[in-house]
Amino acid sequence: MAIQRVTMPKLGESVTEGTITKWLVKVGDYVNKYDPIAEVLTDKVNAEIPSSFTGVIQDIIAKEDETLSVDDVICTINTEEIAEVVEKQEETVQPAAAVSTDHRARYSPAVLKLSQQNGIDLSNVKGTGKGGRITRKDIQALIDAGVQTKQQTKSQQDVVRTNGGDTIIPLDGIRQTVAANMVRTKQEVPHAWMMIEVDVTKLVQYRDSIKQPFKENEGFNITYFAFFVKAVARALKEFPEMNAMWAGDHIVRKKEINISIAVAADEKLFVPVVKQADEKSVKGIARDVNDLAKKARSGSLRQEDVTGGTFTVNNTGSFGSVQSMGIINYPQAAILQVESIVKRPVIIDGMIAVRDMVNLCLSLDHRVLDGLICGRFMNRVKELLENASEETLPVY
Amino acid sequence: MENRHEKIGLTDETVRKMYETMLLARRLDERMWLLNRSGKIPFVVSGQGQEAAQVGAAFALDRNQDYILPYYRDAAVVLAFGMTVKDLMLAAFAKAEDPNSGGRQMPGHFGQKKNRIVTGSSPVTTQVPHAVGIALAAKMDKKEYVSFVTFGEGSSNQGDFHEGANFAGVHKLPVIFLCENNQYAISVPADKQLASVKVSDRAIGYGMPGYTIDGNDPIEVYRYVQEAADRARRGEGPTLIETMMYRLTPHTSDDDDRSYREMEEVEKAKLSDPLLTFRKYVKETGVLTDEQEQQMEHAIQQIINEATDYAEQAPYPRQEQTLDFVYAEKEQGGAV
Amino acid sequence: MAVMSYIDAVTMALREEMERDQSVFILGEDVGKKGGVFKATAGLYEQFGESRVLDTPLAESAIAGVAIGAAMVGKRPVAEMQFADFIMPAVNQIISEAAKIRYRSNNDWNCPLVIRAPYGGGIHGALYHSQSVEAIFANQPGLKIVMPSTPYDVKGLLKAAIRDDDPVLFFEHKKAYRLIKGDVPEEDYELPIGKADVKRKGEDITVITYGLCVHFALQAAEKLAKDGIEAEVVDLRTVYPLDKEAIIESASKTGKVLLVTEDNKEGSIISEVAAIIAEHCLFDLDAPIQRLAGPDVPAMPYAPTMEKYFMMNPEKVEKAMRELAEF
Repeated sequence: MAIQRVTMPKLGESVTEGTITKWLVKVGDYVNKYDPIAEVLTDKVNAEIPSSFTGVIQDIIAKEDETLSVDDVICTINTEEIAEVVEKQEETVQPAAAVSTDHRARYSPAVLKLSQQNGIDLSNVKGTGKGGRITRKDIQALIDAGVQTKQQTKSQQDVVRTNGGDTIIPLDGIRQTVAANMVRTKQEVPHAWMMIEVDVTKLVQYRDSIKQPFKENEGFNITYFAFFVKAVARALKEFPEMNAMWAGDHIVRKKEINISIAVAADEKLFVPVVKQADEKSVKGIARDVNDLAKKARSGSLRQEDVTGGTFTVNNTGSFGSVQSMGIINYPQAAILQVESIVKRPVIIDGMIAVRDMVNLCLSLDHRVLDGLICGRFMNRVKELLENASEETLPVY
Repeated sequence: MENRHEKIGLTDETVRKMYETMLLARRLDERMWLLNRSGKIPFVVSGQGQEAAQVGAAFALDRNQDYILPYYRDAAVVLAFGMTVKDLMLAAFAKAEDPNSGGRQMPGHFGQKKNRIVTGSSPVTTQVPHAVGIALAAKMDKKEYVSFVTFGEGSSNQGDFHEGANFAGVHKLPVIFLCENNQYAISVPADKQLASVKVSDRAIGYGMPGYTIDGNDPIEVYRYVQEAADRARRGEGPTLIETMMYRLTPHTSDDDDRSYREMEEVEKAKLSDPLLTFRKYVKETGVLTDEQEQQMEHAIQQIINEATDYAEQAPYPRQEQTLDFVYAEKEQGGAV
Repeated sequence: MAVMSYIDAVTMALREEMERDQSVFILGEDVGKKGGVFKATAGLYEQFGESRVLDTPLAESAIAGVAIGAAMVGKRPVAEMQFADFIMPAVNQIISEAAKIRYRSNNDWNCPLVIRAPYGGGIHGALYHSQSVEAIFANQPGLKIVMPSTPYDVKGLLKAAIRDDDPVLFFEHKKAYRLIKGDVPEEDYELPIGKADVKRKGEDITVITYGLCVHFALQAAEKLAKDGIEAEVVDLRTVYPLDKEAIIESASKTGKVLLVTEDNKEGSIISEVAAIIAEHCLFDLDAPIQRLAGPDVPAMPYAPTMEKYFMMNPEKVEKAMRELAEF
């Protein structure tokens, strides 16, 4: 004895339901297997349902004109037969390889991009992905929570305590921008450093010889700095690798040679640009530097005066410095610091001589540049400056 | 020689025009070969030897309303339907101004909507169901036009021929199926293509009359096609007409027919070149005088020369036009 | 607004378009008196007569070819292929002819044709009544391929297809015909061909799919939502040409993309979607692009065990979505 269930059959390829229009049996009727038990109407056909079992109708569940889904029970039959063994096939599930792989240091492009954009140090982030992987969402959550910024501010506040008499100077917009750029550059760019010594005795003589007439004729000073900028611009033309920028997944080599120069004014730092310096004479550069410095001090620099720089030459010598490590002017690849020209004894051909010496210090982005190319570049600058004369570096 | 054209209502003027169209097609074809052999155009597919059937059929149609679906040798058909020598020359040179395809298709792929010449492709016989569809539209809209479709005897083996012919037969559609049986499907002769003796034997299977006639006789072809067109317009359904002829040239400019047929056979066929036989007819029946013939040849020469020069100097499509007309172009400034 | 089945939306769109435009007509096998083997054209023969609901000879190339001819002279034929599996004899007409008519004639001729065909499995249809054939046509510029998932989309997109001036293949999932029901407005509306539709917004993962699989993804997404995983479900709706913008936008947003199709995996629609994402979204990806598809066997077998193995279902989709979310 067994109670068997008869279900709504699937009577067509797209059919999902059917309606019993008429029962052909009633409770207690004896039916043979394949005897018709009900009439069914579907979207596609009108048919009689045969019994799937031999036995006595136990219960009629579906009502006439009721629409049922395919596989819903429509009636039950009390059979003498042993319940059919429905072979249930074991679904073979391949167990996932239970190898626990550490994915903590495997960063997806999205994670790298977001963390770089927001200055997040991934080694401090706990990943919630598979194998401890840091997910995009993990980083997004940190950014959303402002965690990074807060942590920084907090730690610095902890360190810097104020005592009575200390002055607190609030940060203005320019100082904030400078600070942010410096932090970013210093954190993001792998700086390397190089210094060479240049004998500029000839340059000093040359410049001294024209200083007075130039001032009289042109109305402004001919500075050493203009010669340095000119020499750098010329060398950049020969070493375009130096006139480049890091762009994430590639390097951009700039066509124009635009030299950024640092100008300090009222505790503010401006970095205006001498455009197309390679195409200008020493005089032209001197005039640009003069004009830009004036504008900086009068606060009349315009946007176009401070954008487009491709390489920076910084006149640190004007503060008396003889050696310094510049922070690269983002996103340029290098900065060159021109230090003070000092008279020093040097040995030439076994004899001691007093010469005008200057140190040139280069900071470089090691992702873009390496020592070899920078060395060559610096030596070229040195060569140009050491041989400076009316013929090689004319003012006009 | 017996005047046969008057009996079927053709005027001398029309017959002279028919001969002129055949001659124009032949001279144009000859020029195409010269241009190909001198390296000026990459490809020629020729209709020499088939002009009589083409012109006879085209003149029997209503050239102001009927649709034609020509196959690649049907230069004479499209010339009769309003395409110009210049148009065909522009196509041969693949120039931007080519009205068939703007320099996109090889020569012989005719199409020009304003003259109801339906654009065609290279896979053979695909145009047959299109002709049936155009005829179906005529029947549905109760319009008077018929559609006229041509193909070779080899193509009559394609499923699209059989499917299209059967469809037209079942629905009694105004289509004229015209087979240009030129004896060769590239290199394979008709007896290796057809299990039946004639292509027209196939008509009975699709419930339509089938005829095999002399394709070198434009008057005969005219008579049969005119009758088929009348039947179609009366709503009596399609007709299959097989026109017998001989392909006088190799398959295309890239084919050497000496590898598969005897040159004696070609020479023999040239004796019944329809241009020669029909010339004899028009001369002997007085439709064309020597003087008229000379003028005709001269005028044709001039038309072809001018068209050649024009097409050769015409600009190619610009490179970026490659990207045009994949889909309907959005109206300027139109919404997405 | 009425709730109706997917197939009733097909019929409704056909009827409304035939009422609106005399040039619209239907042709195919058994579409007339019988109203189609799935009843998609039920009642249309009675309403519009034999000349506009045409029972054709059993010859698919002729159905397509005749429709192309009629379309070229201004009719708006809607041809039915009884099963997508049987479209193969008509492939030459569709690819060599319909797809190229505008291009090869330099815009002189065009072919405003719709070919409808029921596709897809899970209905005991075996090899030749279960196939997804869209990939065959999805590298044929000149064609558009629309595969709607809901009754609402069916109506709006079928109307757009009929009004389109170029050939459109309109594939309807035969299992969806009576399984999927939804609201369909009574008024006339068109949905844009070539535009995907975000069927569910989410921030965690993106599922891009089409047709019946959209419903599997939506069902799975609801389950995942209970565990705090929010999935975005993008319904391609038009599988050729693809809506690149929508694909890129959603993939870039979540960085985790699961692509689902019922078709065989290799060379499928979702392979192209994966390529688009790889080309445009590398730096926004947070996980490898995942493809969930049928196995690379010729077609879906008859035996229930094998059919189940081949056929997509909500459980398979859910499992893949969960794995991706946890990656």
